[in-house]
Amino acid sequence: MNLFVTSLEQGLIFAILAMGVFITFRILNVADLSAEGTFPFGAFIFAKFITMGLDPILSTILAFLFGTLAGLMTSTLFIKLKIQPILAGILTMTTLYSVNLRINGKSNVPLFSFDSIFNLGQTLVILILAVIAIKLLMDYFLNTEKGYLLIATGDNETLVKSLGASSNKLKVMGFMLANGLVALSGALMAQYQGFAEITMGSGISVIALASIIIGDTFKKNSSFIKNTSRAIFGAVVYKIMGGIAIDLGLAPSDLKAISAIIVIVFIAYNNLAAGFLGFKKRKEGGDTLVKNKEPLKEF
Amino acid sequence: MLRIKNLSKSFNIGTENEVSIFNGFNLDIEEHKCTAILGPNGCGKSTLLNMIGGSILNDGGEILLNGEDISKLKEDKRAIHIGRVYQDPSMGVSPALTILENMSLADKKGEKFRLRKLIKKNNIDRYVQLLKSLDLGLEYKLNTKVRFLSGGQRQSLSLIMAAMKLPDLLLLDEHTAALDPKTSHVIMKKTKDLIDKYQITTIMISHNMRDAVEYSDRIVMLDKGKVVFDKPSKETSEEELIEIYKAKLIQDIA
Repeated sequence: MNLFVTSLEQGLIFAILAMGVFITFRILNVADLSAEGTFPFGAFIFAKFITMGLDPILSTILAFLFGTLAGLMTSTLFIKLKIQPILAGILTMTTLYSVNLRINGKSNVPLFSFDSIFNLGQTLVILILAVIAIKLLMDYFLNTEKGYLLIATGDNETLVKSLGASSNKLKVMGFMLANGLVALSGALMAQYQGFAEITMGSGISVIALASIIIGDTFKKNSSFIKNTSRAIFGAVVYKIMGGIAIDLGLAPSDLKAISAIIVIVFIAYNNLAAGFLGFKKRKEGGDTLVKNKEPLKEF
Repeated sequence: MLRIKNLSKSFNIGTENEVSIFNGFNLDIEEHKCTAILGPNGCGKSTLLNMIGGSILNDGGEILLNGEDISKLKEDKRAIHIGRVYQDPSMGVSPALTILENMSLADKKGEKFRLRKLIKKNNIDRYVQLLKSLDLGLEYKLNTKVRFLSGGQRQSLSLIMAAMKLPDLLLLDEHTAALDPKTSHVIMKKTKDLIDKYQITTIMISHNMRDAVEYSDRIVMLDKGKVVFDKPSKETSEEELIEIYKAKLIQDIA
């Protein structure tokens, strides 16, 4: 039971991460790897402000705001400097690694002795409320004029331009929002585990993608289930599955490979399911279907 | 009206592949009329349309829309005055969104997009009316994602979306070329009805001489960045246009 609650709580923290990455990965169609740096960035920013004596709620909000700057950096790199989005994300991630070490001057900041938002009440209740609040805000946003324009930007930029809107501005906004949420999730994780640590971001992009992909499979054809709900569901299921795996004797360090395998299998399934059938059909035709084996010489 | 003055455009400048497409090109497009631009591949008609629309920038000259030079404006700023339907039926719509969502977006064209709900119930009747005039039954599919529509249906939706806010200029970029002949004919007729009814100044690029003669008010033929033919559609015929095409072709080969 204890394991279940722990997995659920961590799953809810990762749900915020997954909703953030959903914006870049699903809506804008860009795999933003900067999350690897932004997640601990949020944790370290939180640690900085809480150790300076700020209120935990305010420090968490500041982590979100600083996180948006990481999104601003990545999007500026690929929009203004025309760096490929994947590379832009990696560059932000790498930069943040050094920045994260600079923020508090060390790679591990213990926070046990400081106040956290989980002191306000029951951890699970606080997390559920936070996740629901963020989900509702995101759902509202995606139903607004700007929100739809963001969806259209990922779908067809030409249309967005033809509507007289700047698709680049929307991308920047999407990246800022996404990274803000990732940093927020990192700040919550730091408070939950009681420390901010430099390696807490490694593999986080893949966990987020795995969560989104698991969420996608849930009642696939239902249009009533919002994508935000799917991301939350996916993150929670991912964490609970991880919890079960550990309970069965796997080392926690194996989970990263498992999340990578989940992403590989699901994406391969989506991309190749039709391809495998086509491959079979081609084989039935013998070694070649070309009757005239002599190449053209002249005409 | 649209006035193109002294327009110039070269590609691959400074390399051995440098081509000058336009050099001191002039053209006036009359208001409330449909002008068809014809010409063989490489004559510059698509480049011209792209320069008007802003996806390609001109090297020199002016593009005056209602007296204002738009050639320095960014694509999205120009788009406020210009509607465009592309050859590819997916270009003018957002396939991931529903018909209703697409139309609601198009209805906001040129306005500021805010943090208010996009879908407004009061507007739905107007959208349904618009879709009804297409006769494709799209009014019953408001909540269908556009990616599930056929090419012809998408293209008709693109047309409505491009024209919804009555642009000062409508650009039709071979917008029926990717459709089968029957659908192409239906969409062409609907296009004509729409631009006639609302008197929209239109430039239509086409390879189809018959469409050009039947649906436009004026025919301009380009060749190597120059106007080689310019007549009201009523005073010419498909046959005459084909003759000119042939003559040009022979001249090029000789």
